[in-house]
Amino acid sequence: MADQSAAGRTRRQIYEDRLRRRSLIIAGSSTTIVVLAVLFLVPMAPGWEKVQKSFFNWDVFAKTFPGLLEAFMLDVAIFAWCAPLIAILGLLVALARDVRSPALFPLRILGAAYTDIFRGVPVILTVYLIGFGIPGLGLPRPWNSPYIWGSLALILTYSAYVAEIFRSGIESVHQSQRSAAESLGLSESDTIRFVILPQAIRRVIPAQMNMLIALQKDVALLSFIGPVEIFRQAGVYKSLLANFTPYVGAAVIFLAVTIPATRYADYLLAKQNRERS
Amino acid sequence: MTKLSLRDVVKRFGSNTVCDGISLDVAEGEMVCLIGASGAGKSTLLRCINLLEPIEDGEIFLDGEDISIPGLDPMPVRRRIGMVFQSYNLFPHMTAIENVMLAPRRVYKKSRQELRPEVEALFEKFGLADRMEHYPDQLSGGQQQRVAIVRALAMKPEVMLFDEITAALDPQLVGEVLEVLRLLKDSGMTMMLATHEMGFAREAADKVCFLKDGRIVEEGPPSVLFENPTDPQTREFLARVL
Repeated sequence: MADQSAAGRTRRQIYEDRLRRRSLIIAGSSTTIVVLAVLFLVPMAPGWEKVQKSFFNWDVFAKTFPGLLEAFMLDVAIFAWCAPLIAILGLLVALARDVRSPALFPLRILGAAYTDIFRGVPVILTVYLIGFGIPGLGLPRPWNSPYIWGSLALILTYSAYVAEIFRSGIESVHQSQRSAAESLGLSESDTIRFVILPQAIRRVIPAQMNMLIALQKDVALLSFIGPVEIFRQAGVYKSLLANFTPYVGAAVIFLAVTIPATRYADYLLAKQNRERS
Repeated sequence: MTKLSLRDVVKRFGSNTVCDGISLDVAEGEMVCLIGASGAGKSTLLRCINLLEPIEDGEIFLDGEDISIPGLDPMPVRRRIGMVFQSYNLFPHMTAIENVMLAPRRVYKKSRQELRPEVEALFEKFGLADRMEHYPDQLSGGQQQRVAIVRALAMKPEVMLFDEITAALDPQLVGEVLEVLRLLKDSGMTMMLATHEMGFAREAADKVCFLKDGRIVEEGPPSVLFENPTDPQTREFLARVL
């Protein structure tokens, strides 16, 4: 047993350790090369000085950051009232698309048409059409507020996607669960409410997390119809200071929220995949 | 007294005839075993009796009452006929006791407190007293299947249908589930089983039906069907499985 060296490791362990060390060295050196290349090559670009001044200006960053953060609270608020409404509307649309009663057939068609239309139109277009169109009817205050109609545009668009995700979750619950519930004499609505939906919703939580992250970013689109949220505020600073750094500041704020959320969604997904295998 | 009666039951899936004119009587308190190769129509027949599948032709009577009338509300019938499946089909997001109490709570509008004593007694009776608060994935296959049986019994059915309920179990777990069936038979339950457990059918059934291609080829008490089958197809099948 000469191979079983001092530490008492098996041949296999020694071999795997060597492999691991080698891949660590390769990964480390290739990362170093790329980082160095970026650090050296980018500043060599002819316009770097200018870009650095107008996009990565520390003084501007420090000066505008608190204001941006304050404006971001408006994004958070819009997000906070849109998200629950999207969840509710999305679930209702998903259920409407699955109703079997012939009396409710129009609901099915409506559900299908709704998801087709709102998934087929770019968000920004929906925001424009609803955000400018409906207040254009000359509604009295506060019903002409871009907050209301801009939020509605987001809610309608996102509910269409969220509904499709819920529906995929409902369809992923095996038919045998329905059989079991029906064989016990449970009604159709009780079967959906107590047996199908709890399982379906659990399964699509990671996917819905991703929708939330996308929504958080798309709130910025409302800036095009009026609300001075972070993107608009950054634009104001840009004009004021003739410098693009506020946009970078806004990006930093978005990333501070979306990166942890994305990591968390990935974690949930990975956990779910582990449980299912 | 005849509890369940099938008259020329026909079930098709598209052009595939799965039950091809099946007639059968099940007396009160009787245990009838359906045997035959996979695809012979055993499971489908049970699903038809529980009205999970509509039948194309024929009639099914429960206590002399036609339950196969097209358009009849299936819910009240299903409450009277319990069914247990090969793959247990427990609800994975509920504990064992919640699985059992869901249908009585919703259908009979009883509260958890009202149900608790009788449900606990059922768990006790089937050796599951310490498994009530477990989730299905924390239970062995045999325990899950016993919970599924308790779940069906909690609706106080008059007839129980068992669709190859030991087929998915590890061999050493089959015994505990068959034991439950014996217990049920002793309590006077009317039962129909689709099964591959020939030893059990031979020993416990009152009547055994051999199905092939959606028809009952031969039926009779196990002593006759297993010892002296008259039909050559029955003999051929038994020679392969025994």
